[in-house]
Amino acid sequence: MNNPYFDLLMWARGPGFDIALTIMVGGILLRLVEIFVLGRKKDLAAPKGNGVLQGLRTVFTRSVPRKGAMKEAPVTYIAGYLFHIGFFVAFLFLGAHIALIGDLIGIQWPAANKALIEIATAIAVVALIALLWTRFKDPVRRALSTFDDYLVWVLSILPLVTGYAAVNTMFGDSTLMMAIHMLSAEALMIAFPFTKLMHAVTFAVSRYYNGSIQGRKGAES
Amino acid sequence: MSASLEKGLNALREQIDAPVASFFTSCVSCGICAEACLFYQETGDPKYTPIHKLEPMRRIWSNEFTLLGRAKSMLGMGRKVTEQDLADWEELVYDSCTMCGRCTLVCPVGNDITMMIRKMREGMSASGNAPEELVAGAKRHWEKGSPMGDLLPALTAHVKNVEKSTGIQVNVDKKGVDYLVILSAQEVAVYNEVIEALARILDKAGVSWTFSSEAFEGTNVGIQIGSKDLAREFVSRTVNAAEKLKVKGVISPECGHAYQALRWEGPNLIGRTYPFEVVHVIELLDRLRADGRLKTKGMDHAKLTFHDPCQINRRGGINHEPRRLLNMVADNFTETEDAGTMNWCCGGGGGVGSNESATELRLQAFQRKKRQFEAVAPEKIVTMCAYCHHILEESLEHYDMDIEVQGLTELMAEYLEDA
Repeated sequence: MNNPYFDLLMWARGPGFDIALTIMVGGILLRLVEIFVLGRKKDLAAPKGNGVLQGLRTVFTRSVPRKGAMKEAPVTYIAGYLFHIGFFVAFLFLGAHIALIGDLIGIQWPAANKALIEIATAIAVVALIALLWTRFKDPVRRALSTFDDYLVWVLSILPLVTGYAAVNTMFGDSTLMMAIHMLSAEALMIAFPFTKLMHAVTFAVSRYYNGSIQGRKGAES
Repeated sequence: MSASLEKGLNALREQIDAPVASFFTSCVSCGICAEACLFYQETGDPKYTPIHKLEPMRRIWSNEFTLLGRAKSMLGMGRKVTEQDLADWEELVYDSCTMCGRCTLVCPVGNDITMMIRKMREGMSASGNAPEELVAGAKRHWEKGSPMGDLLPALTAHVKNVEKSTGIQVNVDKKGVDYLVILSAQEVAVYNEVIEALARILDKAGVSWTFSSEAFEGTNVGIQIGSKDLAREFVSRTVNAAEKLKVKGVISPECGHAYQALRWEGPNLIGRTYPFEVVHVIELLDRLRADGRLKTKGMDHAKLTFHDPCQINRRGGINHEPRRLLNMVADNFTETEDAGTMNWCCGGGGGVGSNESATELRLQAFQRKKRQFEAVAPEKIVTMCAYCHHILEESLEHYDMDIEVQGLTELMAEYLEDA
């Protein structure tokens, strides 16, 4: 009980988390309102296909690359998939995370074993490094990259690395590491609505629009 | 011209709607759109990355339509869009984008980048940054009825010739028939064989139709240049003629942008639904085929391939129709790689073909099609867009490739039963 970092951990678990969650949820809602208030004009052209259905379908089908697309940007595609899968396995199937989410929304599901979580974490970290490498090395990605891209990279890798370190008592005091892990996750949450992390919500909206525009014309999407 | 930066910025602001805001919010700058872009692929220059072509519009959205951006702007942060920015972007928005739509289909988060380029052009033209060739074309279109000048005398001559050679009566301004036939300017001026082909096919199928002396060509420079006011005027000419003649339908020609303009943008431009249907000529031929009203005899044994016009297939949804027709009359039809929905553009669409400054780049971009054609080694390339037809011929000639190009309607007419 006389660990000097205990108070910090308690703050991160209590008020810190509440502040981050409030900013994240409020920010996301605000950003969504910001999008939807702009509206879109009703399409008056006689439809040839069902835009709504194809829009909904595209939300899912766009998760799979088009034939031949993968080989044009293998690092981006493969590391992109691995990062998302690894990140979500580690995030959603670690016992402590499930308990936390359970406290918030009252739903529980079985946890994965430690080895699986650690493999997922390692895969996500390696994938992020590959993505950063291609961002530096590939002229298209380098030219597109802004501060936002690098900030989000740092904010995404920190919870993975610190979580791994805290669980395995690496890099010194585990209470401190756990506090840092929670604070890094909270930084990610706070940045979420104001960076490209928003894609994790709006990808569904964009894919829907894309599919519905194409679908009305009877075109593929 | 009363174009100005402020007008351009206002036009861009007006274009930003929920889909645009959602698209910019979702972009993770993964760069996959570049891999789908003809111009990036054939040059390797990152400036041709599709989403980068929208940077000025993205900046306006970020500065003025997002909370954080507005806060930054209040603190004097956030880069504003300048006159110079728009001038610099002209090449990217007009010369190196045919609005082919491949990027829209590969974007992992689903951004319709092509639709945003169309919107971006509204701001470019309003700020006086549209290519001079398109501006001149729009002026001719406005004053003389088509971007190629007054084509009525040419059409009248073609009609007379077709009547003489086929013995079929070709109606002009006849009320109450089934269809009003619209051509592309390119067809009236150059590929006029299509008129005879259409007259024979429709006569055999028992479809009644007419030309209108007031609206007979469907090119829409307004859409290419990005001016909804011009686009509305050009579409209105056809709509008015169709309403005056009380036709059941309008046949959209073998022309990519005409189909987009007439079929999809038109009702939104004029702000109401049409009292008639718009059908693409190839869609109609396929319907006639299904109904047994288009009967052919014999087969073309030449090795032939098909070029999909982007606006008609990828962005227009007409994919299987031309293939069903081709298989009726050709027994050595071979597809190129990526044929169909993900076909590569000829390089000339969206007005690119008329921009002098884009010629070199466009021919460089054509190397993709060149390689694909070389792999198939066809004797003939069939397509369903007169402008693709024109660009293909010009580019093939540039690369000393001796391959015939033919419109699909014309090919079908060659094998018409009892021809």
